[in-house]
Amino acid sequence: MTALRAPRRLRSAGLLALLAAALLLPLYAPDAATMNLAVFTMMYVGLATAWNIMGGYTGYISLGHAGFFGFGSYALGLLLTHLNVPGGYLPFLLVPVAGLGTAILAIGVGWIALRTRAATFVIVTIAFMFMLQLLAENLVKLTGGGAGLAFPVPPWGPDFFITPFYLAMLALALLGLGVSWWIRRSKFGLGLLAIRDDEDKALAVGVPTRAFKLSAFVISAVLVGMIGGVYGYYVTYIYPQFVVDPLIGISMVLMVFLGGLGTLSGPVLGALILEPAQLQFAYRFGASRLYLVFYAAVFLVVILLLPRGIIPSIAERLQRRRLAL
Amino acid sequence: MNLLEVEGVSKRFGGVVAVDDCSLSVAPGRITGLIGPNGSGKTTLFNLITGFIPMDRGSVRYKSRSIGGLGPDRIYGLGIGRTFQLARVFPRLTALENMLVPVRRAGLRGLLSHAQWGHERERAMKMLEFMDIGHVAGTLGGSLSYGQRKLLELAAVMMAQPDLVLLDEPAGGVNPALLERIGEDIRRLNAQGVTFLLVEHNMGFVMNLCQDVVVLHDGRPIARGTPQEVRADPRVLDAYLGA
Repeated sequence: MTALRAPRRLRSAGLLALLAAALLLPLYAPDAATMNLAVFTMMYVGLATAWNIMGGYTGYISLGHAGFFGFGSYALGLLLTHLNVPGGYLPFLLVPVAGLGTAILAIGVGWIALRTRAATFVIVTIAFMFMLQLLAENLVKLTGGGAGLAFPVPPWGPDFFITPFYLAMLALALLGLGVSWWIRRSKFGLGLLAIRDDEDKALAVGVPTRAFKLSAFVISAVLVGMIGGVYGYYVTYIYPQFVVDPLIGISMVLMVFLGGLGTLSGPVLGALILEPAQLQFAYRFGASRLYLVFYAAVFLVVILLLPRGIIPSIAERLQRRRLAL
Repeated sequence: MNLLEVEGVSKRFGGVVAVDDCSLSVAPGRITGLIGPNGSGKTTLFNLITGFIPMDRGSVRYKSRSIGGLGPDRIYGLGIGRTFQLARVFPRLTALENMLVPVRRAGLRGLLSHAQWGHERERAMKMLEFMDIGHVAGTLGGSLSYGQRKLLELAAVMMAQPDLVLLDEPAGGVNPALLERIGEDIRRLNAQGVTFLLVEHNMGFVMNLCQDVVVLHDGRPIARGTPQEVRADPRVLDAYLGA
């Protein structure tokens, strides 16, 4: 489906080369700024891929995934402070626990939100995210409220500091891609695509739509929550409005739309293009939120010129050319 | 022993009584036609039987088991398939993928396995060829002609080997040549043991194909019998001509 079909061998070789380049990046990155950019880019590769499992495959657009991001972040932070875990590699091993917490939350949220469809679903997910943000601000005894929550400080020196975080983000992105790939080929994934196309018809041919949607929603949320955990540890201090940030939720959606909704490589491509561009833009124009204008512009261009995203548009063009030959 | 028994089923939408204390039964191995003027409650009855809308009163039993209150996916799982008016297929899936969507008695392992592996794919191709649409297996559902979509919808419903299939206007909007073929497909599947209940406006089609006919008027059956008996029944003429 995603296919820009190159010969199989060539494709595997290309993918391996990409993977090697990504793995070895810390060895050849020129400076810390580049590594920092790489951490955030990889983070969004993971986030967009995870969001796509729900939004792309089933067509249920969640604008509230930032809620899971923030929740995962707080879950890991609280876990580390209460267990007195020192900085180092151990916090990374606790990231799956934060994921488990996010799963429990996502089951509850999904159980309610998935009673609705289309626009109502979008609004319910937004409402959930703002509720979570309010809770993080107001449950001061638990979260520290507006004063923020501190993570343990990693012991690594400046030359090496970013590398473990980059590798953790890369690992989560690869996990997300693996899961997404698996789902796309499975009968479960086919059911999700059927829900996207015609939910009532899917029910009529035996697809347990509620269970399928909820599973996709939870899988997607868990990945996002775990990435949120690593993010919190990386920035060492988290505040409600910066981890439960609507912009994080919108960014992942925009990346998926740009790259190609419901494709495997689309979210990756979208993140690789948009996140460096956005950081560059934010850097150039200072701390102002002018880059929001940039985002809005990208969104308009995508909707007008590439409504289906880059990957499907290219695939279609290639197919047309092949037919013309 | 009847395969499907509908007893005293009622459904009202606001002030409109769509189905009114309706009882009917479908005998196994037969092709039963459900006819009636527009708005007589045929499609609503289908939606009630397949669990798409909840009934206000009454009971539906399938193989002597009550299925009232079950969801459409569960009911399909028990072996009742259905098609829709105007042929609904998944537009952005290929014809072959459309065939592989149906889920019946798939365990977790079945759901996580590769969708296009092994014998299921083989069966899907066989069924597509049985319906004479094997050549469009790789075409997206949305790019198929209306007639091909009708055939694909029926083929996909058959993938889970249902015992009873409800067809909502299989002849609707179809040219005479294709009509002939759809009738023939239904007859061949029936010969393999599949029971059919179909809603249809094309009287010639119903009279040719069906062994039993039930006439619905204002949400309740007013006549039943063989096509000949029903055609001769004065109440049926009244209902259709509005006398």
